[in-house]
Amino acid sequence: MIKLRIDGLDVQAEEGWTILETCKFYGIDVPTLCYDEGLTPYGGCRLCVVEIGEGPGAKLASSCTYPAMEGLVVRTHSRRVVKARKMVIELMLARCSSSKTIQDLASKYDVHEVRFKLKHEDCILCGLCVRVCEQQMMAGAIGFVNRGKDVKITTPFDIKSDVCRTCGACMYICPACSARCQGPQEESAICGGCLNMTPSCLEYYDDAQCFMSETSCGTCVREGPKKKESSEKKV
Amino acid sequence: MRIKNGEDLSKLRKSIMQKRDKNRRLITVCGGTGCRAYGCEDLIAALKNEVEKSGLKGKVEVKATGCPGFCERGNLVVIYPEGIFYQRVKTEDVPDIIKETIVGKKIVDRLLFVDQVTGQKVTYEKDVPFYKKQTRLLLGNNGIVDPTDIEDYIVIGGYSALAKALSTMKPEKVIEEVKKAGLRGRGGAGFPAGLKWEITRKAKGTQKYVVCNADEGDPGAFMDRSLLEGNPHSILEGLTIGAYAIGASNGFVYVRNEYPLAVQNVTLAVEQARERGLLGEKILGTDFSFDVEIVRGAGAFVCGEETALMASIEGARGVPKQRPPFPSDRGIWGKPTNINNVETWANVPIIIEKGADWYSKIGTKGSKGTKIFALVGKINNTGLVEVPMGTTISETVYGIGGGIPNGKQLKAIQIGGPSGGCIPKTFIDVPIDYDELKKLGGMMGSGGMVVMDEDTCMVDVAKYFLEFLLEESCGKCTTCRDGIERMLEIVTRITDGNGTMKDLDTLSELAEVVRDASMCGLGQTSPNPVLSTLRHFRDEYVAHIKDKKCPGRVCKALITYSIEKDKCTSCGACKKRCPQGAISGEKGKPYKIDPSKCIRCNVCYETCKFGAIKKE
Repeated sequence: MIKLRIDGLDVQAEEGWTILETCKFYGIDVPTLCYDEGLTPYGGCRLCVVEIGEGPGAKLASSCTYPAMEGLVVRTHSRRVVKARKMVIELMLARCSSSKTIQDLASKYDVHEVRFKLKHEDCILCGLCVRVCEQQMMAGAIGFVNRGKDVKITTPFDIKSDVCRTCGACMYICPACSARCQGPQEESAICGGCLNMTPSCLEYYDDAQCFMSETSCGTCVREGPKKKESSEKKV
Repeated sequence: MRIKNGEDLSKLRKSIMQKRDKNRRLITVCGGTGCRAYGCEDLIAALKNEVEKSGLKGKVEVKATGCPGFCERGNLVVIYPEGIFYQRVKTEDVPDIIKETIVGKKIVDRLLFVDQVTGQKVTYEKDVPFYKKQTRLLLGNNGIVDPTDIEDYIVIGGYSALAKALSTMKPEKVIEEVKKAGLRGRGGAGFPAGLKWEITRKAKGTQKYVVCNADEGDPGAFMDRSLLEGNPHSILEGLTIGAYAIGASNGFVYVRNEYPLAVQNVTLAVEQARERGLLGEKILGTDFSFDVEIVRGAGAFVCGEETALMASIEGARGVPKQRPPFPSDRGIWGKPTNINNVETWANVPIIIEKGADWYSKIGTKGSKGTKIFALVGKINNTGLVEVPMGTTISETVYGIGGGIPNGKQLKAIQIGGPSGGCIPKTFIDVPIDYDELKKLGGMMGSGGMVVMDEDTCMVDVAKYFLEFLLEESCGKCTTCRDGIERMLEIVTRITDGNGTMKDLDTLSELAEVVRDASMCGLGQTSPNPVLSTLRHFRDEYVAHIKDKKCPGRVCKALITYSIEKDKCTSCGACKKRCPQGAISGEKGKPYKIDPSKCIRCNVCYETCKFGAIKKE
């Protein structure tokens, strides 16, 4: 067993575990987007970053790829980690503003401002679909093309792939585009940020807290927000 | 043909020396890529032709060498044994060189280099201030050796360090020597090379690899290119010594395909070394076997990052992986791999040959040896400069570089490429080494040194590097891919004159997160141009935002052109060249620029001989 310390707790990890797996075992909450138990870790979304080490030598690294090692000191919610995580969420929101998953994360991590131009993309390039296609479906029908700002996930030459069996695994596993925020829907709402806010966000903040569009969708105001006694959101 | 052992090598060296006539005249011409652009291939052909025509065949040899570094003054011709130095030589000068210098033993005055400071002409290569103030451990041989001929390298003592290491030193002793010499990786981060070797040697596994990283992609940097083009055997020798020390049986030279001459020369060098038994089975008659494969990179900057480079060698997409595991533990195909860059490997034979004690005397406490910089930008003597670690910026820029052209003032030095930072001129007396540069928010990087004068806008510089990095990021991780894009978004807003002071806070907050949370070296260092300019040139950002002015007069949205009445001679030159028809006027009266039509293309400013165009 490997002995290490996570958030001040002395914990033990099995040989071959990553820091994220150790955290999960002990019930320590670390958010992830590009991670799936059945696939090889990727380390692309940067949500699961944790602070490793102490003092000036401490660094941030993705916990999903970092092997648990003897004597490591890990902090999953240090100030530096939270600052980075919030920025990552803000960057993702700016990219895929209508993704329910990302809006939920924003709600959870108290991100209530996007200081960048909204882009309305569908894909956060987490690569889960690429890995599930290759590693679980043994197809390898899709992959990354280009690099930098032009990188995208597609079939070779953007034409229908011969090896694709239209199994739908890529759609099933997608964390960003499968659940799109449809506005305030009480029944299926995960975050319900727009509904839980009293008074409505536009009275609270300078900008709309709903990232579906550059202007407020206004649904929450029109239909009347569900009143809640104690709002957790404070400026 | 195979060299059987160390003794055989010295015998070969002696026999080559005897074969060569000491009194024979030798004309060397720089055959590097820079001089090829100047037409050195035609020049060499013309020289050879002229030698033959003058009946001097056999008495005079014409040789194309590697790049000696003084690119500003190409084509470079040196005539031995005297060492007469001719610069900016054209094919038309060939008859004079042969007639006057070779036959008549006279100097062709017009081809001599004029010292910018003293105004005096310099006849001999050794007296040229550009060379004189350098310590040319690595580059020195570039001007002597024909890179396509292994005998040229052997005759100057080449491969004797390999023979020494293989016959007299245990692998551990080689590592000890490199550690003692204090050699740090020249690729950027400056990790101690000996320590890296030791870790790889101790890593579990029988199959190990060594890699020479020649994927030099920084804008304006060409140190590794020149070494690989000009003296490829020195790198192969270093790589082989490293492989012996680490216990690797295979090596790779990962060179970018944009360096066709480097690919050609290093491929040829590998073939020649194999023929001579300096690569392959049982090198120099010992039990040590090692071979090298050349892998060509497909033009991705990120493949200079070691984990991406390894992925590329494996045939996968050139995308980094989060470390650990480090390459020394699990590298190419999961085997322990040691990666160093070209310049690091080129230092190895020198350390083994001359000893760690000799080597560690050069440089500063924490950084030993010399460093090659590609001195470019607003500088008189553009070229490659090799100086001991600890040389100050001012010595490099003014002493060797000959200062800034057109009497302009120095504003900043950009060191280390896109990962490096901008150092303002107030720190000009800081010694250049790994630790000092880090303190200033810069980075040694691989050694690009871009000199910027007063006409440079530092916000625009940050924007340029962000644009470069946005193209070259692999796009894997959110902070690098989206973070750089958003930093560029903010910086562009500022250069367009639409920035707010709040943008500056967002920019530095974002830059810090990108530095902290990105996966690989490219992402982690990508905010450096922003962070270092924000730190040292915050006033320029503020000027863009608050005063809507660009102090460097570069950002088009923030400058206006007008004509100074008293300086304008109404010659009409500007009007003729203005592509927009924005300038009007008639003889005898000062001309005027219509700001609504002006596209700020700067043509009038460059055209006016009287300095009447005002840019502010």
